Amino acid sequence: MKNQLILRVVAKLLIPYILLYAFYVQWHGDFGPGGGFQAGVIFAAGIVLYGLIFGLEAAEKAIQPQIVRSGIALGLLLYIGVGVVAMLLGGDFLDYDALGHHGQHRGILLVETGVFITVASVMISIFYSFAELVHD
Amino acid sequence: MNAPFIDIILLAMLAVTAISIARMRNLFAAAMLTGIFSLLGACWMVFLDAPDVAFTEAAVGAGLSTVLILATLCVLPAQEKDTAESPLALVAVLLTGGVLLYGTLDMPSYGDPNSPAAQNPITEAYLYSAQHPPEHAGDSHADSSEHGASPLDRYAVGIPNTVTTVLASFRGYDTMGETAVIFTAGLGVVLILGGARHRRLQLTDEPNVSPDDEHDHVPDDDGQSS
Repeated sequence: MKNQLILRVVAKLLIPYILLYAFYVQWHGDFGPGGGFQAGVIFAAGIVLYGLIFGLEAAEKAIQPQIVRSGIALGLLLYIGVGVVAMLLGGDFLDYDALGHHGQHRGILLVETGVFITVASVMISIFYSFAELVHD
Repeated sequence: MNAPFIDIILLAMLAVTAISIARMRNLFAAAMLTGIFSLLGACWMVFLDAPDVAFTEAAVGAGLSTVLILATLCVLPAQEKDTAESPLALVAVLLTGGVLLYGTLDMPSYGDPNSPAAQNPITEAYLYSAQHPPEHAGDSHADSSEHGASPLDRYAVGIPNTVTTVLASFRGYDTMGETAVIFTAGLGVVLILGGARHRRLQLTDEPNVSPDDEHDHVPDDDGQSS
């Protein structure tokens, strides 16, 4: 699809906004619909669109496969880490009230960030795996 | 509710799309119709006042999974094989559908205030704690003493989107489990398909290169898990 001028121009225009929208959904999940899962999928969709239009090599250059593979575990570790930190601060596992003033807000935001990292990484990894399979 | 004809139109379009997917022989068109089916489902969920679910359905169903199905199609023939339609399959499908429909007869109607979910005190507790600001924020308000302190105030969170609060805070364990499921699924795909390019290169070489390959990957795995 590298020679499709219209697709390339429209994708170039859209992709920054798709990624920005993913972060909006992520940080605004407390107030409107959305959250880590949706934001992660939207972010991954932006990267997948980039990969579809500009080729797998370009996408793997922008977001390296090693990074997303580590991200799969990193997000879950962040989630569990919030629970462990809450325990260390004297609360129960995943008891955000132990995280101090506005603990619930902090806890939810951190946990959603963990979900975001894992979901986005898994989706991009799956796309890379499939694309590499098809590519050869 | 205010416009039942929209529900009827959307559900009719869902049914038409589902039937066309089942009858379609061209796999590419079927994959695109699956995406359309998800998008219609997402629209319908918006009308059911479930924007969070609609969001997920639109992003996952209409967006990413269509791409993955299309990627799979690249290694498959474009047309489904013509197989004789067995009457037994039709009976099985009708039977399963009938049982599922029979199962819905027990369900409360949409927005029923007497449904078990609406009547259960835990719903009230979740809604109260999610919406009310925490104690220390409420103390400065005079109306907090007016209404009288509720025993639920110690769980108060004060986040406008109750869905987020329930998912991430009240049911944080569940969401952690779900994240672990996604983690496991991703790990499975990466282990089975990932590095297909490297493995193929290895296969063309002599087999005694493979211990090297393993050696390369072991520190990688350690770096991910720590």
